[in-house]
Amino acid sequence: MSVTATELDHHDDHDHKPSGFLDRWLFSTNHKDIGTLYLVFSLVMFLIGGSMAMIIRAELFQPGLQLVQPDFFNQMTTMHALVMIFGAVMPAFVGLANWMIPMMIGAPDMALPRMNNWSFWLLPFAFAMLLSTLFMDSGAPAAGWTLYPPLSLQGGNSFAFVIFAIHLMGISSIMGAINIIATILNMRAPGMNLLKMPLFVWTWLITAFLLIAVMPVLAGAVTMLLTDKFFATSFFNAAGGGDPVMFQHIFWFFGHPEVYIMILPAFGIVSEIIPTFARKPLFGYVSMVYATASIAFLSFIVWAHHMFTVGMPLGGELYFMYATMLIAVPTGVKVFNWVSTMWRGAMTFETPMLWALAFVILFTIGGFSGLMLAIVPADFQYHDTYFVVAHFHYVLVTGAIFAIIAGVYYWLPKWTGNMYNETWAKIHFWWSVISVNVLFFPQHFLGLAGMPRRIPDYSVQFTEFNQWSSIGGFAFGLAQVFFAIILIHACYYSKKKAAAQSWEGAKGLEWTIPSPAPHHTFSTPPKINKDQLAAGHLD
Amino acid sequence: MLNKALNSRLTWLVGLLAFAGTAMADYGLNMTEGVTPFSAEVYELHMIILWICVVIGIGVFGAMFYSMYAHRKSRGVEPAQFSHSTLAEVLWTVVPIAILVVMAIPATRVLIFMEQTTDAEMTVKITGYQWKWKYEYMEDGVEFISSLHPDSNAARQVGSDIDPATVENYLLDVDKPLVLPTNTKVRFLITSDDVIHAWWVPALGWKRDAIPGFINEAWTEINEPGTYRGQCAELCGKDHGFMPIVVVAKSPEEYAAWVAEQQGDAVAETEAAQREWSFDELMDRGSDVYAAQCAACHKPDGTGLPPAFPSLASSAVATGPVDAHIDLVVNGRPGTAMQAFGNLLSDVDVAAALTYTRNAFGNETGDAVQPKQIADAKRG
Ligand SMILES: [Cu+2]
Ligand SMILES: [Cu+2]
Repeated sequence: MSVTATELDHHDDHDHKPSGFLDRWLFSTNHKDIGTLYLVFSLVMFLIGGSMAMIIRAELFQPGLQLVQPDFFNQMTTMHALVMIFGAVMPAFVGLANWMIPMMIGAPDMALPRMNNWSFWLLPFAFAMLLSTLFMDSGAPAAGWTLYPPLSLQGGNSFAFVIFAIHLMGISSIMGAINIIATILNMRAPGMNLLKMPLFVWTWLITAFLLIAVMPVLAGAVTMLLTDKFFATSFFNAAGGGDPVMFQHIFWFFGHPEVYIMILPAFGIVSEIIPTFARKPLFGYVSMVYATASIAFLSFIVWAHHMFTVGMPLGGELYFMYATMLIAVPTGVKVFNWVSTMWRGAMTFETPMLWALAFVILFTIGGFSGLMLAIVPADFQYHDTYFVVAHFHYVLVTGAIFAIIAGVYYWLPKWTGNMYNETWAKIHFWWSVISVNVLFFPQHFLGLAGMPRRIPDYSVQFTEFNQWSSIGGFAFGLAQVFFAIILIHACYYSKKKAAAQSWEGAKGLEWTIPSPAPHHTFSTPPKINKDQLAAGHLD
Repeated sequence: MLNKALNSRLTWLVGLLAFAGTAMADYGLNMTEGVTPFSAEVYELHMIILWICVVIGIGVFGAMFYSMYAHRKSRGVEPAQFSHSTLAEVLWTVVPIAILVVMAIPATRVLIFMEQTTDAEMTVKITGYQWKWKYEYMEDGVEFISSLHPDSNAARQVGSDIDPATVENYLLDVDKPLVLPTNTKVRFLITSDDVIHAWWVPALGWKRDAIPGFINEAWTEINEPGTYRGQCAELCGKDHGFMPIVVVAKSPEEYAAWVAEQQGDAVAETEAAQREWSFDELMDRGSDVYAAQCAACHKPDGTGLPPAFPSLASSAVATGPVDAHIDLVVNGRPGTAMQAFGNLLSDVDVAAALTYTRNAFGNETGDAVQPKQIADAKRG
């Protein structure tokens, strides 16, 4: 680690921010500004993807087609997923990484600041292109975010724009991941050993490797779709000797690790927050690191659990069932560790802690339904029903997104120097946590009772639960508009200033610098005092 | 294995947790036990794993809530500083592995049972089309198309003003159901002609994808006579939500009578294809065929949804040379939703639909396309 300090000296070390608006934001190479850009972008995408969900829930409020044509409904479900996954969740995590990783490891900036700028600025173009397909003649993609051929190839020429947009998102993610790995491996302050790093840094390091491994796989899959559609190849066309199931294998070889890309950093955030508000060191730090690594490893060898109904050989089905069930073990270790961290602590329940606790409970419920889905014979019933919809929204909304919101409330004082309004934030929490369960819990029942997913209209016996779900959906959507208001208020109007150590029990280098964090921090590497570190008790 | 009383109590408990106080008796909350040996086994598996999750959940969340109550700073507690315990960590790695092994054993047994498609007494081939199913009884030579019931189809149009509650079995009814004998092991061969579909009747306990270029196998043995409803379960385009499945299980005797009736109809249909049809007869039948097979994409008034589904009103094809029009309808247009209806409908139906589209929506060609012309076109 001794090299880093000297190598970083040629980083230009002015204290003032660039003055012009374009200079500051368009040409930014500062990790904090780029982090802000990512987070703002993600919030905008979250609201856009959320509006699409509102259209879906409005159409599903009662049986019969009232508002939209079935094809537009399919465009909404497809775009909702693409926007939320690639536009909201992933950029939010990259934004948090940009802001926090350098401050957590005592580095002055990201290792590759110009590439950092480019990683971000690809995204607005990618999403402008993706969203523009809504206004094209042949419409937005409507074959589901999984883009299964042959259905996805039936769309019109707007498909080319979708694929190019996905390529851009992939390039952005890969560059972001390279940057994060380079930063973590090369720029830690002297004394910040790997096993002293905060867990958020660890989970991101592992996530970044996942991204580099699987985003090219997705790029390959969609490129084959592109040539099948426009250049008369037959990769996935059975009539031309191709194999439509092969697409699913390739897609899910990307898709399953992608699921962990969206949850491992969430594990990291929660592992920062719970010890802070329990005033007690994280239980089982080392086992957390190993559990994260084993989940990442397992994520590469379970993909076909999304495909149990395609008609795999018995041996394949058994293998993928056993391997998938195994993931419950390291995931269980994490949950047990969080509960043990709380055990005999001295807990307080500020807003970030509330979101983190809701994460632990609700993510675990999503994990339970995931375990159920791994049981192949039962999956023959669950597959492609609302049970699955409930499952992945528990892990992605009350999992990934709850953790992101927890992280935003937790670090916002550091970013802005202001405290958010605690009362409003608590209202936001309770409003969200109640409505999100009204939204997604009944979907378990719908799926078990036989309602398939991705249908714009349903048989009348599914009406009641769909109405519950829609009401919950509208309430949850509104709560997130309130969230945006709370954030704007905290950034610009809050009178309550944050201390450098914004939370009594918080540990880690980020709390040793003033709030708001100056434009440049750790231009000279900090002297590490191990009592400041969350993992400092380990020796 | 769990007994039934326990199962129903759990169902009740889960319902209560979600919506305390609301009467839920009328609505499906849980997976169906179904009517086949396999579906009952699946239901058992589902209940075991659900129970395991509930018990673990109560343990973990119980500990968490206790801690949130007892270990609050406001109660003046001092935080402990312990941060690992090898015993606990080993325990909560090993115990879950043991639970998983216990779970994997019955799951494996049921799965092996499911995959035994041999010794079937009859075979039905199922082919998915956008957006209907074709059933072929391999031994009895019966085959037909099954699509959404016209009543549901009328009610489900945007702005139809028909209340779905007034339609019997809204979206879960078809014009012609799949009829199967009870207590007979039936093997299914499942495939598709266009995109991927999935054939799913919950009461049979499984779903299987219908994939172009692949033939999947599955089986069932229905124990109770009755009507069982399901839907396509894999997104297959705009009318994915509108391709239901209805299985009617009859006693083997009733089934045999049904087969004989179908075979009689097939003979009549072959004879009908030999004779000359009048223009009015063709138009009459054509409007029904059009409504059932074509209107979903090309719309009842023939205006379609361009560019994906072209308009037929004064279109170049529908008013152009008749042979090109026949060729398009018989052989379809690969890579689009326009299917090869020559394999899908009888020659009379294709001829009638062609006559209708060439003389409706203001297309006044005056052509009466004869079934014989379709037969000729199929021969190439
Ligand atoms: Cu997966
Ligand atoms: Cu279908």
